[in-house]
Amino acid sequence: MNLHIDWGVLLQESPTGDGPYWKLLLTGLKWTTATALSGWLLALVIGAVAGVIRTAPIRALALLADAYVEVFRNIPFLVQLFFWFFVLPEILPAGAGRWMKQDMPYPEFLTAAVGLGLFTGARVAEQVKSGILSLSRGQKNAGLALGLTLPQTYRHVLLPMAFRIVIPPLTSEFMNTFKNSAVALAIGLTELTFQMKQMVEYSSQVIVTIFAVTVLYMFMALLVNRLMAWIERRARVPGMIAGGGK
Amino acid sequence: MIEINKVSKWYGEFQVLTDCSTSVAKGEVVVVCGPSGSGKSTLIKCVNGLEPFQSGTISVEGTSVGDPKTNLPKLRARVGMVFQNFELFPHLSITENLCLAQEKVLGRNHDEAMEKGLKLLDRVGLKAHAGKFPGQLSGGQQQRVAIARALAMDPIAMLFDEPTSALDPEMVNEVLDVMVQLAKEGMTMMCVTHEMGFARKVANRVIFMDRGSIVEDAHKDEFFGQPRSERAQAFLSKILHH
Ligand SMILES: Nc1ncnc2c1ncn2[C@@H]1O[C@H](COP(=O)(O)OP(=O)(O)O)[C@@H](O)[C@H]1O
Ligand SMILES: [Mg+2]
Repeated sequence: MNLHIDWGVLLQESPTGDGPYWKLLLTGLKWTTATALSGWLLALVIGAVAGVIRTAPIRALALLADAYVEVFRNIPFLVQLFFWFFVLPEILPAGAGRWMKQDMPYPEFLTAAVGLGLFTGARVAEQVKSGILSLSRGQKNAGLALGLTLPQTYRHVLLPMAFRIVIPPLTSEFMNTFKNSAVALAIGLTELTFQMKQMVEYSSQVIVTIFAVTVLYMFMALLVNRLMAWIERRARVPGMIAGGGK
Repeated sequence: MIEINKVSKWYGEFQVLTDCSTSVAKGEVVVVCGPSGSGKSTLIKCVNGLEPFQSGTISVEGTSVGDPKTNLPKLRARVGMVFQNFELFPHLSITENLCLAQEKVLGRNHDEAMEKGLKLLDRVGLKAHAGKFPGQLSGGQQQRVAIARALAMDPIAMLFDEPTSALDPEMVNEVLDVMVQLAKEGMTMMCVTHEMGFARKVANRVIFMDRGSIVEDAHKDEFFGQPRSERAQAFLSKILHH
């Protein structure tokens, strides 16, 4: 380990063929952002659907959604990623498995993004469900009593308030997608933590490398935090205490 | 217009309603009272199908509420309901609260819905608050908006479930005044309330419920004059002399 701090290392050529070290980290940042953002979008869609289904009166579907949440919340993300990356292609029908192994574009990225989406989606579903349940039963009755159908009542009455209520926990889930994307280094995605390891190995500048990577992660967390705070401000309901349900 | 015939309902083992039968004719005002937990809210929610019931029948203008083939949203759109806790939609402005179901359920265009909504808001004395949000109004004002929201659907009957019991005492009258006005205009109304002044003023009949049964169902003068059942007498003396 080299404890001599040399900031100039960031400008030096890396032996990986990716250009200077700062570019190596930038590539990592790019993949981290791409994985976290696509995983998050997927998680929002899956989580909203599963969360709603879990509160809806169709028992079989609700049980299915409950099972999804339990399974994906309780198995470590690393194990889930290994499953999608190494196991799934083997147990799929031969054609599909071969496609996954040989022809699927950006296999590490796609696997990481979808895997992260499914993992985070289960956590979002939990938040969405508790948001809906925190609304008084009277709100649903009021929607139905006006002649709205159940889907219309969800769309216009329950979900707008439920999402407002769960913005704070969703903010931390969104930030978690950036942190969790680092797990994808285990399947070879060249995201930021993967690049950090490479730079440490080749340059031996541990302190500079870790400092730079820390700053980048903190910068992303800050951006997400600001974005969510902006959304929360825009969604604030006049006359209501921030984040308060009933 | 509303026919309730031998309705019983259970929550698991617990029987909430036992053989309830009564009816509300067109233009009639019926007040439902009784101790807390006696099943008043449950009964009134059965009328527009918000609560299912296991036996008996309820029909609203000939449409059977319990029939699985009945289009419940369509039926509910014609029966207004006002809740104890107002239940305005907090994320929507007052006018949006008034327009939502008019547009989504009745298919009125926005201008029509707006015109109707503002007219009713004016009628409950709140036109100046059109652009506000529910959280910016007092309880009494919110409940008046809730009544206007129900009226905007041109209901054939109105159901009230203790519309004044969540209000501070000084706001009770502003809501009762609107309800009295409505009764005088001939609206068919079924009101769960303990406001006996309201009952005396506009009710045709008073129903007394206890432990899931309709114990008394009498013309108002008869009810206030000499209730037949001991339980109704005890209940009346309690709420009239406190
Ligand atoms: N969802 C429910 N599950 C079980 N019991 C209920 C439920 N809703 C109401 N009850 C019970 O049914 C009874 C009647 O309730 P309710 O109709 O609200 O009475 P009221 O409106 O006259 O005060 C009460 O004993 C109440 O505890
Ligand atoms: Mg009640």
